[in-house]
Amino acid sequence: MSKDNQILEELTSKEYEHGWSVNYEVDEAPIGLSEDTIKWISAKKEEPTWLLDWRLKAYKTWLSMDEPKWANVHYPKIDLQSLKFYSAPKQSKKPKNLNEVDPELLDIYKRLGINLNEQKRLQGIAVDAVLDSVSVATTFKDTLSKLGIIFCSFSEAVKEHPELIKKYLGSVVPITDNYYAALNSAVFSDGSFCFIPKGVRCPMELSTYFRINAANTGQFERTLIVAEDESYCSYLEGCTAPQRDENQLHAAVVEIYAGTHAEVKYSTVQNWFPGDKEGKGGIYNFVTKRGICAGDHSKISWTQVETGSAVTWKYPSCILKGDYSIGEFYSVAVTNNYQQADTGTKMIHIGKNTKSRIVSKGISAGKSQNSYRGQVQVMKRATNARNFSQCDSLLMGDRCGAHTFPYIDINNPSAKVEHEATTSKIGEDQIFYCNQRGIATEDAVALIVNGYAKEVLNQLPMEFAVEAQKLLALTLEGSVG
Amino acid sequence: MLSIKNLHASIEGTPILRGINLEVKAGEVHAIMGPNGSGKSTLASVLAGREEYEVTEGEVSFNGKDLLDYSPEDRAREGVFLAFQYPVEIPGVSSTNFLRTAVNQVREYRGLEPLDAVKFLTLMKEKMKLVEIDQKLLSRSLNEGFSGGEKKRNEIFQMAMLEPKLSILDETDSGLDIDALKIVSNGVNQLKSKDNATIVVTHYQRLLDYIVPDYVHVLYKGRIVKSGTKELALELEEKGYDWIKEAVDSEATV
Repeated sequence: MSKDNQILEELTSKEYEHGWSVNYEVDEAPIGLSEDTIKWISAKKEEPTWLLDWRLKAYKTWLSMDEPKWANVHYPKIDLQSLKFYSAPKQSKKPKNLNEVDPELLDIYKRLGINLNEQKRLQGIAVDAVLDSVSVATTFKDTLSKLGIIFCSFSEAVKEHPELIKKYLGSVVPITDNYYAALNSAVFSDGSFCFIPKGVRCPMELSTYFRINAANTGQFERTLIVAEDESYCSYLEGCTAPQRDENQLHAAVVEIYAGTHAEVKYSTVQNWFPGDKEGKGGIYNFVTKRGICAGDHSKISWTQVETGSAVTWKYPSCILKGDYSIGEFYSVAVTNNYQQADTGTKMIHIGKNTKSRIVSKGISAGKSQNSYRGQVQVMKRATNARNFSQCDSLLMGDRCGAHTFPYIDINNPSAKVEHEATTSKIGEDQIFYCNQRGIATEDAVALIVNGYAKEVLNQLPMEFAVEAQKLLALTLEGSVG
Repeated sequence: MLSIKNLHASIEGTPILRGINLEVKAGEVHAIMGPNGSGKSTLASVLAGREEYEVTEGEVSFNGKDLLDYSPEDRAREGVFLAFQYPVEIPGVSSTNFLRTAVNQVREYRGLEPLDAVKFLTLMKEKMKLVEIDQKLLSRSLNEGFSGGEKKRNEIFQMAMLEPKLSILDETDSGLDIDALKIVSNGVNQLKSKDNATIVVTHYQRLLDYIVPDYVHVLYKGRIVKSGTKELALELEEKGYDWIKEAVDSEATV
């Protein structure tokens, strides 16, 4: 027993790798939130009036809303008036290409293991790098534009492709959706936009790397992915933040639109600073992600590996509007020390013969709380809807908690919905068995956890799967004994 | 190779082993027999370093080293192998992946280069023949959904891959039909050499028809109460354990 606790101790005591921060000159919004803040941000970004009006409308909606309280997470009230809503590294002029980007900023990404230099990059991944409130660089833009693919920062898209932004912004996550989505709509600063034209298969992984550097600043980014009919793309999002004693707010919105026969795979490896061992600091990650399978035979697949953040509140969802459309959600959520995660998905079956699949693997260690919350809704018109949900929980030690909250709402008698759930503990027997074959305990835990999460990790693009495996092992380092 | 002197061990305060003495030399096969609850499996677990058991007295020397000072993984790396009575399932981890991790950690400990994928597979193919194990089985999750026979064959296969100096087979015959028993024994016999030793823990004599021991020891109430050659096993088969129990128990009351 005591050995179990000791290994748990070791695993959970691992330090956060990306906890450093960098000093650079910044452009910042005045502290606090008001109509003036929003006007300041909009002016800073030289936005058209329609967008400012949209933001102000969102702000007014937000004022009338209350913070959601139903999630199984606890944290002190966030004082939004003490936050800065915009912070950007000062650049003398907008860089036209990578060579013009401040080397100091590129260096930040290099330290994170992300090389933005296209020549040195691994083939097949285009990256949009977002630092605090702005996108600092996007790679492989030229290669992609030859295929008609647009992959750029959100601000750039507002300027270059206003008709697309106007058409799709808020079409999947309306400003009235929820408290954080409304807040994001009012103050969002940057993010990524990607557009795959009809019939095009995007030949490389598209990826956005989010980094929060500034202190006392909320990060509110907005990602919009539009896949026209018969197109395909795979998108990856990664995140880290410096180690700070104060909590930081991250409230992003991701919207995905998939046309007829289109397919979008969206993968996240979330490694925001989780707070220290005593639960001090860390990111509050309140994110709204939703995709609409608008066309028949379309498919949206969410894969997430959640290892960071002090508090996570996140439900990547699919609206299955097109007939024969498919929604998938694969998730591994790891919590350690005092982390809290309330995450899951919503699958809304509207079209006929729609299918959804949910595989959620929670891993709790330390004194953390890990909840799965999922909703499967089958509308009246959705004949022959199918859902399969599997929710597994793995506990390490005896001071953590795992919770499952499945909601099922069926309005069509032809629906078939299956739900399976298991809870297990990493057994001393398993660890001893590995030890007896010469495998050290930490490696044994990594092996067992990766085995447990394999079904989800298999969904990730190859090289990110390897990263994710390492990340899982690191997050849990010291948590079994 | 292995020298056990006056070994006492208990679990949660209850003594199980009460003074075991045993000498095992390279090239030898020892059988440990005895009635249920006599401490056979405990002895195997204590040698492998299972945490629940507390060694309260005595010493165990393995190739001149104090085995009890070593962690379970270092004992394995020093060359102690335990074939489990109940092999553990690890979902999502293939036997191949598991073994590759094990083999390379053992090699690292011994100062050897890790095996790359090709060399590892070549070694695996060679050892698979020993226990007639199918590669398909090895790509499945470790022991998950394996039949009793498959689990035991996989244990011996792991033993072949890790090339231990001392192998302890804990009730490897339990749950095996006669064909599987032959395959498993055949594997063990082929792995025998003048440089390694085997301890076979078993309740029944049946296994010893196939893995012929040099010495047979009878364990009762945590002590070796009788030692002999393979004929002793046959005698036990014929007469059961009662005559030994009676002899020991009457001695104790005197």
